[in-house]
Amino acid sequence: MSIDDYTHRHLLGIEGLYPHEITALLDRAEGYVAQNRRLDKKTPILAGRTMVNLFFENSTRTRTSFELAGKRLGIDVINMQSAGSSIAKGETLIDTAVTLNAMHLDVLVVRHQDSGAVKLLSDKVNCGVINAGDGQHEHPTQALLDALTIRRRRGHLDGLKVAICGDVLHSRVARSNIHLLTTMGAQVRVIGPRTLIPGGIDSLGVEVFHDMRDGLRGVDIIMMLRLQMERMDANYIPSIREFFHFFGLDQEKLALAKPDALIMHPGPMNRGVEIDSDVADHVERSVIREQVEMGVAVRMAVVEVLARNNVDAQGGK
Amino acid sequence: MAVRSTPSRVAYRNARVIDPASGLDAAPSSAGGLLTEGERVAAIGPEIFASGLPEGAQVIDCGGHVLAPGLVDIRVQLREPGEAHKESLKSAGRAAVAGGITSMVGLPNTNPVIDDEAAIEFVARRARQIGLAKCYAYGAATKRAEGKEISEMGLLARAGALAFTDGTKAVANAQVMRRALQYAATFGLMIVQHPEEPSLASGVMNAGELATRLGLAGIPRQAEIILLERDIRLVEMTGGRYHAAHISTSESVEIIRRAKDRGLPVTCDTAPPYFALNELAVNDYRTFAKLSPPLRSEDDREAIVAGLRDGVIDAIASDHAPQDTDSKRLPFAVAEFGGIGLETLLAVTLELVHKGELDLVSALRLVGWGPASLMGLEAGRLKVGAPADLVVFDAERPWRYDAKKSLSKSKNSPFDGRLLQGTVLRTVIDGRTVFHYDA
Repeated sequence: MSIDDYTHRHLLGIEGLYPHEITALLDRAEGYVAQNRRLDKKTPILAGRTMVNLFFENSTRTRTSFELAGKRLGIDVINMQSAGSSIAKGETLIDTAVTLNAMHLDVLVVRHQDSGAVKLLSDKVNCGVINAGDGQHEHPTQALLDALTIRRRRGHLDGLKVAICGDVLHSRVARSNIHLLTTMGAQVRVIGPRTLIPGGIDSLGVEVFHDMRDGLRGVDIIMMLRLQMERMDANYIPSIREFFHFFGLDQEKLALAKPDALIMHPGPMNRGVEIDSDVADHVERSVIREQVEMGVAVRMAVVEVLARNNVDAQGGK
Repeated sequence: MAVRSTPSRVAYRNARVIDPASGLDAAPSSAGGLLTEGERVAAIGPEIFASGLPEGAQVIDCGGHVLAPGLVDIRVQLREPGEAHKESLKSAGRAAVAGGITSMVGLPNTNPVIDDEAAIEFVARRARQIGLAKCYAYGAATKRAEGKEISEMGLLARAGALAFTDGTKAVANAQVMRRALQYAATFGLMIVQHPEEPSLASGVMNAGELATRLGLAGIPRQAEIILLERDIRLVEMTGGRYHAAHISTSESVEIIRRAKDRGLPVTCDTAPPYFALNELAVNDYRTFAKLSPPLRSEDDREAIVAGLRDGVIDAIASDHAPQDTDSKRLPFAVAEFGGIGLETLLAVTLELVHKGELDLVSALRLVGWGPASLMGLEAGRLKVGAPADLVVFDAERPWRYDAKKSLSKSKNSPFDGRLLQGTVLRTVIDGRTVFHYDA
């Protein structure tokens, strides 16, 4: 599969992508994994191009990952945080888009707290837009890096049994992963208390479990989700103690999965809330650090393809 | 400024005269039609021009098209006073008459809230000066529409308030609703409810699969169902007159049906989006389709159509809710609720006729005599001696609605770009033509 198979101007979500498009991005990222392990990590194929990281929500790891990905491709990267910028002074999203557009960017990476906000912004700019997480909607590069991590460990995605556990309701990571994994032929289960499983999720092609022991039985992959502490105030769960007891991943529950099941987490982890420390640090089975490594490679592939497609879209400017 | 003289006599001939109040549906003829004298209807019938047209009368040939009572729209947000950048009584009046509406009732959620006599009188006075669609007002059911203390309903009614509602907000507290129903009943007044339990309605679209896909917080249908069920119990308890606005779910239709079967003083209306659209309209985060209550499933839409057909739903109102661009060009979750609807009320309602769901007389009753009689208005019917508020429309002529060209100050229509069938040719208020179709 060649990277030319991905012909879209943007990457706003996984929903709607075809298997060959996903495979094209993963194949390309695979090459960058090796490059990132070399002493000289830079191939300045995008020298002279510009990329802006526009983050309306605080983020360290995703922003750093995109920044590193851009720099290793030789693209000039600018970081914008909403705090302290004109956005915080009340500039509207559309005005921000129009302003940035006037600066002739090639790639715009956006994270926003509202679902659909990145799509709204992408309608107003000429550059390629990467959704780095919009509300509870999608976080496509996270799903791609998860897929790359799994593929490198297992060699394939189809036929694998994957359990996504915890706060599915508020998770864009869960949605993107569900779309990607079902598209690639994996069998996906979601596990969580009824308050944290959104209605109608079964129509996305997943099996729903409310008993984590049942849900984990025989799975190849366990994806834990971060539980946001503020959920407690809204009565989604009664306490951390109770949540961990029933839905936290510990050695005992882990034993129900396949003996070689991989443990994943998008980070940052709440140790002792959704995942026990000795599970998170499990030497053979936890791939949480690998996920972070794959993140840079995947983002390099996405930045590269969008920067290229953007040249085509602008008639080879 | 248009000259506001009322011609002394106007003869409308060659019209299919329909009066849903009496069931009249007369074929067009040159001998018959309708005659107005000054501001009032002077004669109606198939033979009134048989022995020639009245002397000195202005003659209007209706071209065989429908002549009916002007539409009565009982749920409009006028935005004046307070938010005149979104709509004014004048711009709403223009949009209304272009849609064949001759009377409308404004919700009290203006700034200030319409909860005293002066505010009621302000709206009435301004509307009279403007001379377009007649504007009436609801009074707030509670002071400042805060849902805590009941308003001065008796005095407000004396100043002209037709009924009482907190507009786009529900009267959520059961004890307050109980007292509002009881107190209103003292004066024979009606409480109009936005039936949505607020503690369940913190979302932004219909709960379900699509909300899950879009990552948007859902408003469960039960928010509407629960408040309706509760209110029906309070009606039972108090004997108060109750009207549920813009119902949107299949269960709501059943709840109202059962309440009516039990003889309770309960009525309801719905709005065109709830019988013409479903939740798929919000796909791609289309904020113009972000409405309150939210657009529901296709099954609900069908149940609302059935409720209109079998008479459980008493009226169709536009639910006109103007929002400026800045309130709608936002991420879906933070965009304002609401859509404009004055210009499309008739044509979207006529879709039900063209699809064979309703006959024309019934459809016109739902946008005329039905809502007028709920509000006790002398409107929505053709009657000798009554005000000559009329609409002439071509029920067949197609057009495409372009919201950018709306006469409303706001352009946020969920029907933008829709192909419609049924074109208003002329709107008459108190005997005077206030809108004329310009081909």
